[in-house]
Amino acid sequence: MNRFSFVVRRILHVIPVLFGITVITFFLLRLIPGDPARQILGQHYTPASGHALRHVLGLDRPLVQQYLLFMKHLFHGNLGDSISYHESAGTVISAHFMPTFFLVVYAAVIATIVSIPTGIVSALRRGGVFDQTARVTTLVGFAMPAFWLGIILILIFSIHLQLFPVNGYGTSFVGHLYHLFLPALTIAIGFSTILVRTLRSSTLGVLSSDYVDTARIKGISRFTVLRRHVFRNAIVAVIVVFGINLAYLISGTVIIENVFSIPGLGTLLVDSVSTRDYSVVQGVTLIFAVSVVLINLLTDLVHASLDPRVVIE
Amino acid sequence: MSTTESTTVSPGHLLLERIQGRSRPRGKVRRNATLVVGCSILGAIILAAIFAPFLTPYNPNTIDPLNPLAPPFSPHHILGTDEYGRDIFARILYGGRIDLLIAFGATSVTLVVGTAIGLFSGYSGGWADTVIMRIVDLFFAFPFFVLVIAIVAMLGPSIFNMFVAIWLTSWISYARITRGHTVVAKNREYVLGAKALGYGHLRVMLRHLLPNLVSFVLIFAMVDAVGNVLLGAALGFLGLGAKPPSPEWGAMIADGQNYILSAWWLSTLPGLAIVLVGVGFSLIGDGLADILRPSD
Repeated sequence: MNRFSFVVRRILHVIPVLFGITVITFFLLRLIPGDPARQILGQHYTPASGHALRHVLGLDRPLVQQYLLFMKHLFHGNLGDSISYHESAGTVISAHFMPTFFLVVYAAVIATIVSIPTGIVSALRRGGVFDQTARVTTLVGFAMPAFWLGIILILIFSIHLQLFPVNGYGTSFVGHLYHLFLPALTIAIGFSTILVRTLRSSTLGVLSSDYVDTARIKGISRFTVLRRHVFRNAIVAVIVVFGINLAYLISGTVIIENVFSIPGLGTLLVDSVSTRDYSVVQGVTLIFAVSVVLINLLTDLVHASLDPRVVIE
Repeated sequence: MSTTESTTVSPGHLLLERIQGRSRPRGKVRRNATLVVGCSILGAIILAAIFAPFLTPYNPNTIDPLNPLAPPFSPHHILGTDEYGRDIFARILYGGRIDLLIAFGATSVTLVVGTAIGLFSGYSGGWADTVIMRIVDLFFAFPFFVLVIAIVAMLGPSIFNMFVAIWLTSWISYARITRGHTVVAKNREYVLGAKALGYGHLRVMLRHLLPNLVSFVLIFAMVDAVGNVLLGAALGFLGLGAKPPSPEWGAMIADGQNYILSAWWLSTLPGLAIVLVGVGFSLIGDGLADILRPSD
């Protein structure tokens, strides 16, 4: 398979997945036990208003028609109306998008900066003190609830040392960097436990490969071998891990936003659950799933451009 | 019969040798140490949760207005009390029942269902396999935590609905792992041999395929159990799972967050319990991987 057809096939593969995502998101609303109109209206429910809402939501039509209606609205960017915000769900969601985006990228950057040296050094000094320490740290870090770690970091850095704010998002770019440092660090610590483990094992694989031996036998210095072979492969490994664990990263963001009261999609999602704002829950779920699919597509394409073997497969 | 066995050793026999440490006696002690430590940690926590009434005289929900926010190592409360004067040690012990129930209840069901689906999918192949794997791919597109929250949101927040949400979404990992190993194994000699002997599909799947891939499933199940404990605690923390006054650990952490300035122990101690359970499961997983993985 050549590169062009790989790219085309990979992009075409996204279409049925996106279609399936809309089906699952659509069926989410059907999970509501009993009459959704009664649930949505709550204490405002009257037979007349219930009937009207059922008609607006299309609940009085056959399931296939309901889905087609849902898709028609979706193509017009219409995700339904938010009950608690009295606005369209799309508007509410886009207003909460940036903090989440900023936080995910910030956490990913911190995790990468921490993990690459840790993973590589662990592999180079396999079984050494550093490796053992890293192993225990990742073991404990993996079992740590992110929200708990966040509270502990607040306790240490915000309350006792007073270095960082307890919550909020900030106003300028620098303000965002400052306000979101602790939350991003919290997510990054959890994510690093996965990243370090993967990097360590992939680096061990590279170190024991024939081409590294060949390079050493040719008389190339240790450092150059590391830079040319080991480090390059580590970068590819990081990109692949990002693709696989992006969903994990987003899940971490959802809960950490709630700990630090950041006005992002995670906070919106959890708030909407308690206010039974179903269309917002549906919309946020959809946005997250679509983002995961698109970023996975991106990491696959980048991976293929860095590692030609992917295309041949 | 014995002569053929010595030349073609069955995978099960190899496994047995590895477990008993016959093949590599030198590595045995270190390998099993991970497993032993993990089992000890988890075993101790399980026993403590079961025999909680014998370990503490306090009821987890009994309020003592005269003794609120007592720090750890107080005369009568070894881990202190919360804002209502409830004993933290008792609450952590009884909370363990809920969190361990989440770990085992969520993991065991998805393990069985996911493995069965994956085994069927990989063994039968054809359109059934294609359809099942497309569904699995689809679920993987959703951030797991977000999907669980969304399902809980629709069904209504409660512990039981949390279980339903995990059951609905979490089998996909097991299905994918099992299916991957089944597709490879179903063309191996021992499976073809079993078929040639005229054994039925069900027998081939359960007696021949399953024993050879169960180790991979179990190793993953330990990682999954850590994930489920964290998920249960996270939903409790967000108020979408266990509800106060339930002593579920995540709910306790959320509760203690309001007193973080004056009483650090309220949030910190239940978190340590979660870490301990997670480390226990992880160590068992690592230990199993060392023993069961053929190439290491």
